[in-house]
Amino acid sequence: MNLMQAPAAAGESDADLQAIRDSVRALCADFPGEYWREKDRERAYPTEFVQALTEAGFLAVLIPEEYGGSGLGLRAAAAILEEIHKSGGNGAACHAQMYIMGTILRHGSEAQKQKWLPPIARGELRLQAFGVSEPTSGTDTLSLRTTAVRQGDRYIVNGQKVWTSRAEHSDLMLLLARTTPKDQAKKRVEGLSVFLVDMRTALGKGLTIRPIHTMINHSTTEVFFDELEVPAENLIGELDQGFRYILDGMNAERVLIAAECIGDARWFIDKAVAYAGERKVFGRQIGQNQGVQFPIARAYAATEAADLMVQKAAALFDAGHSIGESANMAKLLASEAAWQAADTCLQTHGGYGFAEEYDVERKFRETRLYQIAPISTNMILSYLAEHVLGLPRSY
Amino acid sequence: MKVLIPIKRVIDANVKVRVRGDGSGVETQNVKMAMNPFCEIAVEEAVRLKEAGLAEELIVISCGVTQCQETLRTGLAMGADRGILVETDAELEPLAVAKLLKAVVDKESPDLIILGKQSVDGDNNQTGQMLAALLGWPQGTFISKIEIKDSGSAITREVDGGLEMLEIKLPAVVTVDLRLNEPRYASLPNIMKAKKKPIETISPDALGVDVAPRVEILEVTEPPSRQAGIKVESVGELVDKLRNEAKVI
Ligand SMILES: Cc1cc2nc3c(=O)[nH]c(=O)nc-3n(C[C@H](O)[C@H](O)[C@H](O)COP(=O)(O)OP(=O)(O)OC[C@H]3O[C@@H](n4cnc5c(N)ncnc54)[C@H](O)[C@@H]3O)c2cc1C
Repeated sequence: MNLMQAPAAAGESDADLQAIRDSVRALCADFPGEYWREKDRERAYPTEFVQALTEAGFLAVLIPEEYGGSGLGLRAAAAILEEIHKSGGNGAACHAQMYIMGTILRHGSEAQKQKWLPPIARGELRLQAFGVSEPTSGTDTLSLRTTAVRQGDRYIVNGQKVWTSRAEHSDLMLLLARTTPKDQAKKRVEGLSVFLVDMRTALGKGLTIRPIHTMINHSTTEVFFDELEVPAENLIGELDQGFRYILDGMNAERVLIAAECIGDARWFIDKAVAYAGERKVFGRQIGQNQGVQFPIARAYAATEAADLMVQKAAALFDAGHSIGESANMAKLLASEAAWQAADTCLQTHGGYGFAEEYDVERKFRETRLYQIAPISTNMILSYLAEHVLGLPRSY
Repeated sequence: MKVLIPIKRVIDANVKVRVRGDGSGVETQNVKMAMNPFCEIAVEEAVRLKEAGLAEELIVISCGVTQCQETLRTGLAMGADRGILVETDAELEPLAVAKLLKAVVDKESPDLIILGKQSVDGDNNQTGQMLAALLGWPQGTFISKIEIKDSGSAITREVDGGLEMLEIKLPAVVTVDLRLNEPRYASLPNIMKAKKKPIETISPDALGVDVAPRVEILEVTEPPSRQAGIKVESVGELVDKLRNEAKVI
């Protein structure tokens, strides 16, 4: 089953990608370590950074030109996010603005695309909240309990989501809810539907958002729906087919998250190399010791290998192929390479790695997330074992 | 007003430059290249003149290998309207570049030429001055400010003692210093638009310019690595060492 559509103009050359990387790097130079450190300390949203990225058009990279974006492919989007992370920043505050719209693009009606995509491309409307995870069903999406029941020209939504990142910094939310009870659905994967919730009008009228404090600065929240009314025209695609729509968007997301991991890994390696060359102990640079060199070299090799898989998955996506296998492997390998590089970088810095001003401890915390969200490592391994290699099903 | 902005492709300022094994120059193979930072400032200033309604057409020009097209694209993405590549594999000395530029100026007749004061590779700081001399045009070097007036242009130069204010008649050549402006980064839509802007390619032969080098490079070497210093215990010891070891006093 191939639900992937190649974006209209995914023919960007290597020179284009280099130009994009150079420009993102120049943009990020205006947001140095102190900026991110301060935001991290205050647990504040990096509004200025997101605005700069929006104004420069980078968040509209995947939206086709006819709807006001640049119409480029996943390789370009991955390059942008990798550069952000390689510069020491973090794309999580806004990366979802790039790709959540893909569900509308691929499965929405022409009227929905005309209505929503141009203001999203201009950055006037933020669609960067994704309501899937629930307290009682994280990994097991099909067991989610939030319901949407049709009443006349609207759906009435009840239930709860958790880990809905950026809900306070988004105008719209893409919501996955059950529209047919599990035992009445024709197939196991049917019965869930996707809605676009306009949070600007819903807040206080059946929608409540509560921030969750976490070990990183991530603006994540829990969201409560109490008799929330959603216009029936905001149903995306066909009723009860939402799980499929969400899954194919998730593959693109995994590639982009993997690209962020590659950026993190490169940042850690650059930092480790620089520090190992500077720091002198016992009258010589610590980087002269092979005990310090080898873990850095190993992390470097792991990063380059993982990047090949990220590039492969992105190129396959842009060519219109299904990427379940490569996207999952890219995310697995890249998140582990980033963690290996993070651990090595911290070890190389010794005690100073714990000092905020080196940014290592912040990036260390941040990059750890990617072995858990948006999908945990075990789930990828069981996908590979059971769906790709054909081993017996464990769940 | 038509503005010509000559720009150079150099080793990216963030890359550590290495000397080639045979000492014939610095390694540029598989090294990241970028627009010379002073040229970026020149392009930025031209784009600002256009945005202020003072310039109509901005032409970026580069002399060198095919890949200089990428540098021209960067200039186009920043806001220039079209590009010219004088394509050659020859090692170009400042005088050769100035002659090539003069030949193009004769064809294009710009009102203003904005260059970087120098490029960060050779640090020659010659091309703008030589071009002004070849053209017989007024020049303002190391500028930190430029204003376009009816009569010409008012510029502020950075000189050793401070700032020098000059008025020069157009057409003129100016070379820009670091503090003139802070160059923008290209937006994604502008990067994509730049792909559709025209780049014309000309050969030095077609311009009737002989680019053969006048200077022979004998050898390029790494600067000697600095020796560790020493600590002295007293002023007396310092004076003694300066007099008897360093023999400088
Ligand atoms: C900072 C942050 C931001 C997030 N943002 C969003 C968001 O914007 N939108 C959204 O919908 N979600 C979001 N999430 C949720 C995230 O996708 C989930 O946390 C993740 O999918 C894991 O689900 P869970 O936390 O319920 O873990 P669980 O499903 O409870 O799993 C716990 C552990 O058990 C393992 N496990 C479970 N079942 C098996 C099995 N059968 N075999 C082997 N191992 C198993 C898992 O791998 C995991 O390690 C976010 C999470 C975090 C922490």
